Amino acid sequence: MAVDYGTLKRGGFMRQKQKNCFSLRLKVVGGHLEAKQLLKIAEISEKYGDGHVHLTSRQGVEIPFIKLADIDEVKTALAEGDCEPGTCGPRVRTVTACQGMEICPSGCVDTYALAQELSERFFGMELPHKFKFGVTGCQNNCLKAEENDIGIKGGIRVTWIEDKCIHCGVCESICRTKAISFKDNKLLLDESKCNYCGRCTKACPVDSWVNDEGYILSFGGLFGNRIHRGEELLPLIQDKETLFRVIDAAVHFFKENGSSGERFRFTIERVGEEIFREKMKEAYHG
Amino acid sequence: MADIKIDDYVDITDVVCPITFVKAKVAIEELEPGQILSVHMNEGEPIQNVPRSMKEEGHKVLKLNKNDDGTYDLIVEKGEE
Repeated sequence: MAVDYGTLKRGGFMRQKQKNCFSLRLKVVGGHLEAKQLLKIAEISEKYGDGHVHLTSRQGVEIPFIKLADIDEVKTALAEGDCEPGTCGPRVRTVTACQGMEICPSGCVDTYALAQELSERFFGMELPHKFKFGVTGCQNNCLKAEENDIGIKGGIRVTWIEDKCIHCGVCESICRTKAISFKDNKLLLDESKCNYCGRCTKACPVDSWVNDEGYILSFGGLFGNRIHRGEELLPLIQDKETLFRVIDAAVHFFKENGSSGERFRFTIERVGEEIFREKMKEAYHG
Repeated sequence: MADIKIDDYVDITDVVCPITFVKAKVAIEELEPGQILSVHMNEGEPIQNVPRSMKEEGHKVLKLNKNDDGTYDLIVEKGEE
């Protein structure tokens, strides 16, 4: 019987150079794996693979040298370890994320929770070409948001609380964009220079800031044969409702306008960057 | 602010994170609550991390003085034990 490689690919089984061998891609959201899952992955690799795994460039795990005849058994074994196959081909791929504010002192948003929400909403969705989401917690950009079709970067909009401030000057000294200055004992925040990194409020010894979390979106990142940095087209988004409204609109734009085998960036270019920008603005304003 | 009486002084410009804070922490532990420590530090990571760590340990940052040579002096009052 003919092997349906397309279906296997959709289910995370990718053909190797070696005949009848598949590298099984697992679903990993935000680079997060439980110990139980790791144990099962190790077990499957030893039993059905050749005893090694490959950690992919997008936080995924692949178990190579799975034989065609063992695929059903492997799927059952994966389920026992709370593991799911990933996906490949023209659809939404693994959502990647850095550790975010739950773990990292620099993080401005809960990246893992957001990666899970994105994954639940979009993972595996059929689109004209591969589509990648990446979430990073702050301007340090460990996850390299702009190399994704849609990148999300956490930020904090700060508001100074005069009563609490001791005018120590820590915030002014550490601000990389020189957005903060003091004049006559008053703090001046130049919003046009602020990049929402949150370093001021995190370093402040007396918590003299109100923090409003937000998201900076980038669209159309591409790091394959052609390289393009995803572009920020909108102001800081401060609620999830708006965030998902904009993301839904961007994905819809790709679904409606993208040609088969065309990356999101090229669809934007072909249809028109101005048109896309207007669509995103419309979605942003609801 | 200009009249703050400094009780002790520590130089952390010769070490890097996280030893910067360890050195500052050891110095402030030598003091009595209410006494003032001046921490001489480089710009960059130490200013991002040492004031925050001092606050988390229950001490009170009073001032950050900028020097002309790219260093800073962080003035900290020791908190209650």
